[in-house]
Amino acid sequence: MFQLSNEGLTKVKKELQRYESKDSAIIPALYVAQKENKGWISPDVIHHLSQVMDIAESKITEVFSFYTMFNKKPVGKYHVQVCCTLSCALNGARELADHLCHELKVRAEEMTEDGRFTISKVECLGSCGTAPMMQVNDRYYENLTPESAMNILRGLK
Amino acid sequence: METKLLSEHYHQDDFQNLAGYKKQGGYQVLAKALKMTSQQIIDEVKASGLRGRGGAGFPTGTKWSFLPKNNEPRYLLCNADEGEPGTFKDRLMMERAPHQLIEGMIISAFAIQSAKSYVYIRGEYNEPIRIVEKALREAYEAGFLGKNILGSGFNHEMDIYAGAGAYICGEETGMISSLEGLKGQPKLKPPFPAVQGYLRKPTIVNNVETLAAVVPIIKDGAAAYKKFGTEKSPGTKLFSLSGNVVRPGNYEVPLGYPLKDLIYKLGGGMKPGKKLKAVIPGGSSAPVLNAIEAERATMDYECLAQMGSMLGSGAVIVLDDSNCMVDMLGNLTHFYHHESCGQCTPCREGTGWLNKIVSSIMEGRGRLQDIDLLVKVADNMKGRTICALSDAAALPVLSFVQKFRDEFEYFVREGRSKVRGISYAQMHH
Ligand SMILES: Cc1cc2nc3c(=O)[nH]c(=O)nc-3n(C[C@H](O)[C@H](O)[C@H](O)COP(=O)(O)O)c2cc1C
Ligand code: SF4
Ligand code: FES
Repeated sequence: MFQLSNEGLTKVKKELQRYESKDSAIIPALYVAQKENKGWISPDVIHHLSQVMDIAESKITEVFSFYTMFNKKPVGKYHVQVCCTLSCALNGARELADHLCHELKVRAEEMTEDGRFTISKVECLGSCGTAPMMQVNDRYYENLTPESAMNILRGLK
Repeated sequence: METKLLSEHYHQDDFQNLAGYKKQGGYQVLAKALKMTSQQIIDEVKASGLRGRGGAGFPTGTKWSFLPKNNEPRYLLCNADEGEPGTFKDRLMMERAPHQLIEGMIISAFAIQSAKSYVYIRGEYNEPIRIVEKALREAYEAGFLGKNILGSGFNHEMDIYAGAGAYICGEETGMISSLEGLKGQPKLKPPFPAVQGYLRKPTIVNNVETLAAVVPIIKDGAAAYKKFGTEKSPGTKLFSLSGNVVRPGNYEVPLGYPLKDLIYKLGGGMKPGKKLKAVIPGGSSAPVLNAIEAERATMDYECLAQMGSMLGSGAVIVLDDSNCMVDMLGNLTHFYHHESCGQCTPCREGTGWLNKIVSSIMEGRGRLQDIDLLVKVADNMKGRTICALSDAAALPVLSFVQKFRDEFEYFVREGRSKVRGISYAQMHH
């Protein structure tokens, strides 16, 4: 069963005080929990948050399912999100994403067998002038080629 | 040449910090503003003709004067959700000049007499969030935020809210829902946020660039600001140039600047051997221009509207002649289908149909009547929904089909792309 760390719990409690409406803490709390739950929100995360925040599970589920940044299933240690929207597509992003999948022998949105990578094709990340780009966990990598992107992934520990 | 009213110091690394910002006169405009009356600031912004930079181009001073004239608490929300494909200027502004935004926000908050504001930043923008958070701490420590700012008696608190991935949270009422801790679903207008917004209180929502532009307007006055741009589109604007150009990037120029100069002079033009084919001049929701139209267009609200397109967020996406327009439209229909929040039937079903029809054409299952069906579905999505996403999804379709119909017909007839000579399966493995 998932439980927040003490540090995580403190953070969530702080968010509960931060905004005029208590519900506004749901998104920040889901972020904290996702970080502590290997990058995704499992049903027990929602149950736990509901208890520590005293907010109905149904409310948390509704928010969780609306936003794309909360993962609905386990993701690799490195969640690689390649923007494939227009400006990036015009600069070879879709081919880049396919190259990464091919090299890592995995389909988009699925996790590699060793649990290290998930490659996702996502919508515009506001990096259109430095296309193609990818976001790996919290970090942006820009002006990529299929080869440079693959080298970056290989260099991750 | 650029005209850097806002971005003059963006290349300096220390402009990010309070010390570096103050070296360039930072927060002196706030001091000046706090000696004016709120009404004087609103009047100055009105006189400047500043129009919202987030997409709709609504006059900022006019929006501010829709607030009820009473002492009810009101909120200022900065829209930093920046999700319109092709747009990356707010990110630059927050990364390079967070204090410019904060100064503009405090002045705007004083103008509308708001004691609390939020910067709603899209969740993927970790770097901008970190930078704006740090700048907020600096501003609090220096006494530009909090109680009795610079001895003026004006109090103001500012905080950040990070979104979590949803284009629709850029729509102002969707953003308000999201900030309230709900699904980011838009609400029916009226009531407009200025009357009933965040927590049902009067709320002004403005884009990052709009709020930052208040600084030069109050600094040098409306008359000086109006020297830039055209009569109906005063001032400068940051354009995010992307797609098939040699030097993509953000460029600040006066409104009314020729699109072809933006592409060729600032953007370095097309790559060797490539020709200009089409331009989407105002973010993915703006109807596409063909190359001939692009040669004539100037980047202001009135010219682009007259050409049947729009200035939108100022994202200029350039397509060269190696692109298949059917494939690129498919890219956009996929985006809108993914981002529809699903509340309104015409939008939820329509975006799905559009994407399905374009896909079937690309997969070689299209019929000639499907091209007319696209137009019919898109027409039925316009003006019938809670928010403008539905229209935003329909407009690209209508313009792509109207201006590049031969490519759609060819694809249906031959089962492959007229431009690239290959089928969809070959394009996308
Ligand atoms: C689907 C949709 C998405 C939008 N996304 C954004 C956005 O990312 N940023 C933004 O500033 N405005 C966006 N807008 C416009 C806002 O609703 C609103 O008009 C704007 O934030 C007002 O600020 P302004 O007057 O300073 O432009 C969007 C509108 C729609 C319909
Ligand atoms: S138009 Fe589309 S995105 Fe906007 S509220 Fe309706 S369903 Fe949601
Ligand atoms: S289109 Fe890819 S980052 Fe904007």
